[in-house]
Amino acid sequence: MSFLFIQFLNGLASASSLFLVASGLSIIFGVSRIVNFAHGSFYMLGAYMAFTLVHKLSGGTIFGFWGGVVLAAAAVAVVGALVEMILLRRIYQAPELLQLLATFGLVLIVQDLVLTIWGPEDLLGPRAPGLRGAIDIFGQSFPQYDFVLIILGPVVLGLLWLLFHRTRWGTLIRAATQDREMVAALGVNQSWLFTSVFTLGAFLAGLGGAVQLPREAVNHVMDLQIITEAFVIVVIGGLGSVLGAFLAAVIIGELNAFGILIFPQLTLVLTFLVMAVILVVRPWGLLGKPEGVVRGGAGAERPIKPLSPTGRNATVALLVALLALPMISGNYGLSVASEVLIYTLFAASLHFMMGTGGMVSFGHAAYFGLGSYGAALTVKYFGVPMLAALVAGPAVAGIAALVFGWFCVRLSGVYLAMLTLAFAQIAYAVVFQWSSFTGGDNGLIGIWPAPWAASPTAFYYLSLLLCGGGIVAVRRITFAPFGYTLRACRDSALRADSIGIDLARHRWYGFTLAGFFAGIAGSLYAFLKGSVFPDTISIATSVDALVMVLLGGVQTLAGPIVGAATYKILHVSISSYTDQWRTALGVIIIVLVVAFPMGIVGFIQNRLLRSGRVEDAA
Amino acid sequence: MSANTLSVRGLCKNYGGVAAVSGVDFDLAPGEILALIGPNGAGKSTCFNMLNGQFPPSAGSIKMFGEELVGKKPRQIWRMGVGRTFQITATFGSMTVLENVQMALISFHDRLRALWPFAGGLYQEQAFQLLELVGMATQAGRPCSVLAYGDLKRVELAVALANSPKLLLMDEPTAGMAPKERIELMQLTADIVKQRGISVLFTEHDMDVVFTHANRIMVLSRGRVVAEGKPKEVRENPEVQATYLGTGAVYDHSKDTGAA
Amino acid sequence: MKLEAHNLNAFYGRAQILFDVGLKADTGEVVALIGRNGAGKSTTFKSLVGLVTARTGQLVFNGTDISGLPVHDIVRLGLGYVPEDRRIFTDLTVEENLDVGTQPARAGAPSWTKERLFELFPNLAGMRNRGAGRMSGGEQQMLTIARSLMGNPSLIMLDEPSEGLAPKIVEDMANAILTMKDQGLAVLISEQNLHFAKMISDRAYIIEKGRICFDGTMAELSNNDEVRNTYLAV
Repeated sequence: MSFLFIQFLNGLASASSLFLVASGLSIIFGVSRIVNFAHGSFYMLGAYMAFTLVHKLSGGTIFGFWGGVVLAAAAVAVVGALVEMILLRRIYQAPELLQLLATFGLVLIVQDLVLTIWGPEDLLGPRAPGLRGAIDIFGQSFPQYDFVLIILGPVVLGLLWLLFHRTRWGTLIRAATQDREMVAALGVNQSWLFTSVFTLGAFLAGLGGAVQLPREAVNHVMDLQIITEAFVIVVIGGLGSVLGAFLAAVIIGELNAFGILIFPQLTLVLTFLVMAVILVVRPWGLLGKPEGVVRGGAGAERPIKPLSPTGRNATVALLVALLALPMISGNYGLSVASEVLIYTLFAASLHFMMGTGGMVSFGHAAYFGLGSYGAALTVKYFGVPMLAALVAGPAVAGIAALVFGWFCVRLSGVYLAMLTLAFAQIAYAVVFQWSSFTGGDNGLIGIWPAPWAASPTAFYYLSLLLCGGGIVAVRRITFAPFGYTLRACRDSALRADSIGIDLARHRWYGFTLAGFFAGIAGSLYAFLKGSVFPDTISIATSVDALVMVLLGGVQTLAGPIVGAATYKILHVSISSYTDQWRTALGVIIIVLVVAFPMGIVGFIQNRLLRSGRVEDAA
Repeated sequence: MSANTLSVRGLCKNYGGVAAVSGVDFDLAPGEILALIGPNGAGKSTCFNMLNGQFPPSAGSIKMFGEELVGKKPRQIWRMGVGRTFQITATFGSMTVLENVQMALISFHDRLRALWPFAGGLYQEQAFQLLELVGMATQAGRPCSVLAYGDLKRVELAVALANSPKLLLMDEPTAGMAPKERIELMQLTADIVKQRGISVLFTEHDMDVVFTHANRIMVLSRGRVVAEGKPKEVRENPEVQATYLGTGAVYDHSKDTGAA
Repeated sequence: MKLEAHNLNAFYGRAQILFDVGLKADTGEVVALIGRNGAGKSTTFKSLVGLVTARTGQLVFNGTDISGLPVHDIVRLGLGYVPEDRRIFTDLTVEENLDVGTQPARAGAPSWTKERLFELFPNLAGMRNRGAGRMSGGEQQMLTIARSLMGNPSLIMLDEPSEGLAPKIVEDMANAILTMKDQGLAVLISEQNLHFAKMISDRAYIIEKGRICFDGTMAELSNNDEVRNTYLAV
């Protein structure tokens, strides 16, 4: 009994830190509509800076410790303010997803920065002076410091409430959360409001990281770890709701504390299952309100048209070039080309879902990865030939999409995106933790293609056939009644419903199809690499897919193809030149977002429109 | 089969104990144009949303040719022959005018899930005919996202006619249009209705439109029907003048009982 | 002259929406900008207040050149703007909505308090602490005007104030606008409802396809059948 109580207190203590991070994320999203991926980086920076500052200041005094913690949070706040003024201000007009991408670019840069400054080793912070002891509760000891944390959460909640409901600034923020342009039209300087909000959010994240110092080791993967949890909390609580974030943080904190007792292997799965259930019951989170659709692009898309004669000729020329590639390229080049083809189909399948279907996925890696594992596991356990595995993989991915999709299509916008992420994380956790079956972290190796496809040339042609065929099929479906139906659901749910379209059902089918095509790409990937690792289901892979689609331009059918090729080739060439590929990639992503907010293909189309070479839609 | 297109009895809707609509009864005959008017917040939209299946009523029954509509989803009600236009137009912005109508026809012919044929080639002729009917054939190839507002309303009308409806529900059909466009659109609607024997129920704040085109008017106030009758009777009703019409300064006096 | 615009051109992306629009409004008058939907009325207002930034031309308000200023600076000079779609903060109470609009009093403009606004719009007085989302369309229209008046503007632009309102509420709205004019405000409204415009306006402009094609007093417009038939077709 007393043990359970201690566990309960533990849950509350970790909830406080989660709440600090999540509330900042929620406030920033509320006003700026930016889903700030870099919020986890602020948290990590807070922890690292606190580590350094506490050492510099302290000498073990109380003032030194808490002074270091607060200074660290303040320093992060300054970083946040600079990021807002230098970067985000330039992209508020850009589509929301691109803003998210830009913040992901920041994540990459901060990761390299942290490695450079503090090194790869875990750092252990000092314990808080004066709070080193433990308190005896029912015969169990509980750290004094954790008590301070338990109190910190509600105190910050109270202060935030006062700030939002008892000050003019708070009223303006709440108004801006709803309609920032109207606030400006009433004489309020928005830029100042945005900067202040971002600074506050960054301060809270930095504080959340800094107070963790005495509790756990500081390391360079805390950013993505906390951001996933913070997303989950914000979504469960309801986007933009601080009280909701608090409730959700307590739920997740407790779930972690007790889940570890019941299913020590599956705490992550438990978290995401709870989120899935809550979102299905309350699609806008506990205290949230219906959210507008996340738009991949600004303004309405142009109607789709079949290829013009020029486009057709270009496609044929490309195909001829691809067929001729083995004559001029060596083995390494062919294997890179196969990878590009595989990623192109992966990107096209995501584009089908988010562009045509209007369902933005943060977890599309699930279907790619499950396709890989589906193929690899059937080879491993049933010893089936490659072709059978290439059928089994997509089937596994399709079935997973069928199951996950049933839940996801009931939501929309950011909520839908977060639920896709949740399911991807569940898939990741299962694969990672069920090592007796999946090999866990060690993956599955020895998944080689059949002898007839073993040569790089043969495998390249196989990839070209399957991926090219997949892309053509996706395109054909886009122009077919089903593709139109998906676009109808995306353009106007109200109108679609009133002409007899069952939205949830058709989006569900669309979701499943997208998962199936991603599965084809994933299965091929397993044979290309000869192995599969949990990485294929990770957030990083999902983000890769998003970057490819957005890079090309979500509002164009050719976008994912151009985006995937550009991204993959950039990736390969940058990694071969520098160790700091993350920084390079981050900078490139940010520059692309600032320079080409409509994606590469969108940019080219606009230029053509301007020069009058394509008939203007207007 | 009942003779009336619509038979509504005892329709109620409560929101957290507050009655937005209470005990509304009315009938709508085939070919009849019925206007539903009343102050903002009188329950017109709520009534509308119950008729089209958007909200479930708290009590009451809505029968269309004798068949109960309560409990059916909007898309099922559409399949029974109810077309809708919205107060703020809802069209598919990334599709052309023609494709918007084709989409409705594809749904009507139950081919939403076809994966192979080119959607752009399906039911083209039928779609063109509908666009000709509403005077939009010349703009068939333009995207809906760039149309003028009045034209979007026409597209909506064409879409609403795609399932050969027996009943049209039009929520403020002329909102946001210029005076001349308003009269034209309603004249067009009235002509089509007469031609095809469709019934229309519409809400509207433009009294010129209401008095010119409605066969019958129902006035809603605080969720109840406070007056009902021919346009002339309604506009001379002192209670309606006090709660809704005012002195008549903001609509045209010269138009009289209209299409009765 | 309170507000003067010359050769105002405005753009959405590549499309030009306004072509050399010129208009004036002065203290103590109600000026109507009349035109059909899509003629450029809202764009004119948004360009004047700085919400459409892709604009060129001479825009002078109270003697200050406002053509290069951001929206909040223009509003702070005393130019109030009430959008067509009201844009009430539905998560805030009525009073909080008014708080967002609050700006310091300024010389040469009537100064408003919440109490004075509740006199102007008696309906609102009884619902100070009500969530703005729980108001009818007419009440929201009153609130959106009151919210802008809290900024103590010397000129207020009302974009289609009668749209979607019951005839009786439209009459109340007309009276409120005449009161604002009497208080010494310049009022610029956009309208499609000619009956309503006639009740309150002193002068009128007609806008068609982004160009001003009539400029005169309301009486001149009433007597000019040709203009009315050509542009308004009533």
